[in-house]
Amino acid sequence: MSLVSQRNSILPGFGLTLGYTLLYLGAIVLLPLAALVLRASSLGLSGIWQIAMEPRTFAALRTSFSLALAAAGINVVFGGIVAWVLSRYEFPGRRLLDAAVDLPFALPTAVAGIALAAIYAPNGWIGVWLAPLGWKIAYTPLGIVVALVFIGLPFIVRTVQPVIAELNLDLEEASATLGATRYQTLSRVILPTLTPALLTGFALAFARGVGEYGSVIFVAGNLPYVSEIAPLLIIVKLEEFNYAGATAIATVMLGASFFILLAINLIQAWSRRRLGYV
Amino acid sequence: MHVRAVDIVKTFTASSSRPALDGVSLDVKSGELMGLLGPSGSGKTTLLRIIAGLDIPDSGSIFFGGEDASQKSVQERRVGFVFQNYALFKHLTIADNIAFGLEVRSRELRPPKAEIRRRALELLDLVQLTGLEKRRPAQLSGGQRQRVALARALAVEPRVLLLDEPFGALDAKVRRDLRGWLREIHQRTGHTTTFVTHDQDEALELSDRVAVLNGGRIEQVGTPDEIYDQPATPFVNGFIGEATPIEAHIEAGYVYIGAHQLRIESKAGTSGKGRLFVRPQDIVIGDSQPDSLQAQIVAVRRNGATRRAEIEIPAHAGRVEIETHSSVSVRAGDSVPIQFVRGTFFLDGEGAPA
Repeated sequence: MSLVSQRNSILPGFGLTLGYTLLYLGAIVLLPLAALVLRASSLGLSGIWQIAMEPRTFAALRTSFSLALAAAGINVVFGGIVAWVLSRYEFPGRRLLDAAVDLPFALPTAVAGIALAAIYAPNGWIGVWLAPLGWKIAYTPLGIVVALVFIGLPFIVRTVQPVIAELNLDLEEASATLGATRYQTLSRVILPTLTPALLTGFALAFARGVGEYGSVIFVAGNLPYVSEIAPLLIIVKLEEFNYAGATAIATVMLGASFFILLAINLIQAWSRRRLGYV
Repeated sequence: MHVRAVDIVKTFTASSSRPALDGVSLDVKSGELMGLLGPSGSGKTTLLRIIAGLDIPDSGSIFFGGEDASQKSVQERRVGFVFQNYALFKHLTIADNIAFGLEVRSRELRPPKAEIRRRALELLDLVQLTGLEKRRPAQLSGGQRQRVALARALAVEPRVLLLDEPFGALDAKVRRDLRGWLREIHQRTGHTTTFVTHDQDEALELSDRVAVLNGGRIEQVGTPDEIYDQPATPFVNGFIGEATPIEAHIEAGYVYIGAHQLRIESKAGTSGKGRLFVRPQDIVIGDSQPDSLQAQIVAVRRNGATRRAEIEIPAHAGRVEIETHSSVSVRAGDSVPIQFVRGTFFLDGEGAPA
């Protein structure tokens, strides 16, 4: 990677492009984060800890993390199946369905939130049937999970799909000729091969779910201690001019994001080592 | 285990008119090494997959020994199948790959853990990969993966071993090494083995018998000698080795080129027009004799220990390639007497040798 070889390359411009990369990364990503950390550092670790442990804040953080975890878990199963069907089978309308997977990406989150609220509210299309059974989805934590499943689906599907597409039919056939039942082929050959991709998708969906705001607040009901999410609480704190409180929550979430990012990278490194590819 | 395929017909719905296999019957004797040879699209891989149970024929049956295996699933057939791209399990170590077939057995049939491990290591020795049991497939070379795939297939004590283009993805040198090695393993283990190849050298060198397929039909089944020296159909003659078809006819049991009678007899003894297939070794340059033909040498090339000459003969439009020993001096432009020592004559529109 000497500079000479850079100069000999067909598309020169290493210096220029690296400069831009550093500038943008610095100005748009790192600078705001640095400001947040700087601001939080005036609180000190113990100060952040104290604010995070306030009952209402703690409840909101717990709601955000646990429900995002649950939604990501649900998505691993159902998103995995969706990815399998879309990449393994040819059927009429497959392309349409495939495109529909991206809807949660493309849709403004507020639109998704209003739509979900309208359907799952006690007088909505689905809610009206669930209400007599005593099931309440909208305006409860369950509503949050539904919104997060919706938002997280494409993350799992799009991460797992290329790996399934690369999965050779040979592998299943080899497993069968060696005497493995269908269940054994699934559990011993296919799932282990897909595990790194499923974990990566899970982490991505989880990270997205923790931070999701727009679609959640419409279906959540936003009851403090019950269905109030951490990002909403940041807004609440800001509206109360409680900048320290908002910063503390933000810092905790930033820390979590870093952790998730690290986890994703570790999974990919592990998978490269183990399987010889990502 | 004696393996029989009887009247196998298979049509893939996607392909248009012709069936992939059009009434194919094949007998593989117990302990035999059978090569399925044919151009791509001839149906050889489909036949192999049907024997394994990976494809279901439209009609026809597969027998393993006396038992009708047609209705049995892949799992029940207990075949060892080596895939063209090896299909190793990337997430498992080499030892675990080999042990897979034993690990997935139901509890009452599964050997104890220590025994499975011992068998895996033993097979690793057999395929000469001792000490690599802890590696993963990504860390092995193509030739090594091929051998792991074979060891994995052998681990289940298959009733028949099936190999799909076993050396297709390897470079020439590794191919040659593995050929001899596979032959050796076959002699040692004695498995009934069928392998698919489009490489005639591979088929002729490795097989006890070769089945030549073309267009979903078997053209000929025979020992490598029979296939090479007594090709049953014009296709086999053209496909195996090099052969130039020369327009000829027979009269009273003898082959004629133009008005010139050759020393080649035709068994059919009838008369009619057809083609005489000659290989480069079938024509010799020699002293002028009554049955010699006068040929014009057009070009000469050196080819290892031999020389290749392109000649033109009267009453034949194209050029014919012949092989001579390098000590015979031939030059382009010479006119030399040639004799036909061998050749296979086919009457026009007939598949059987005349």
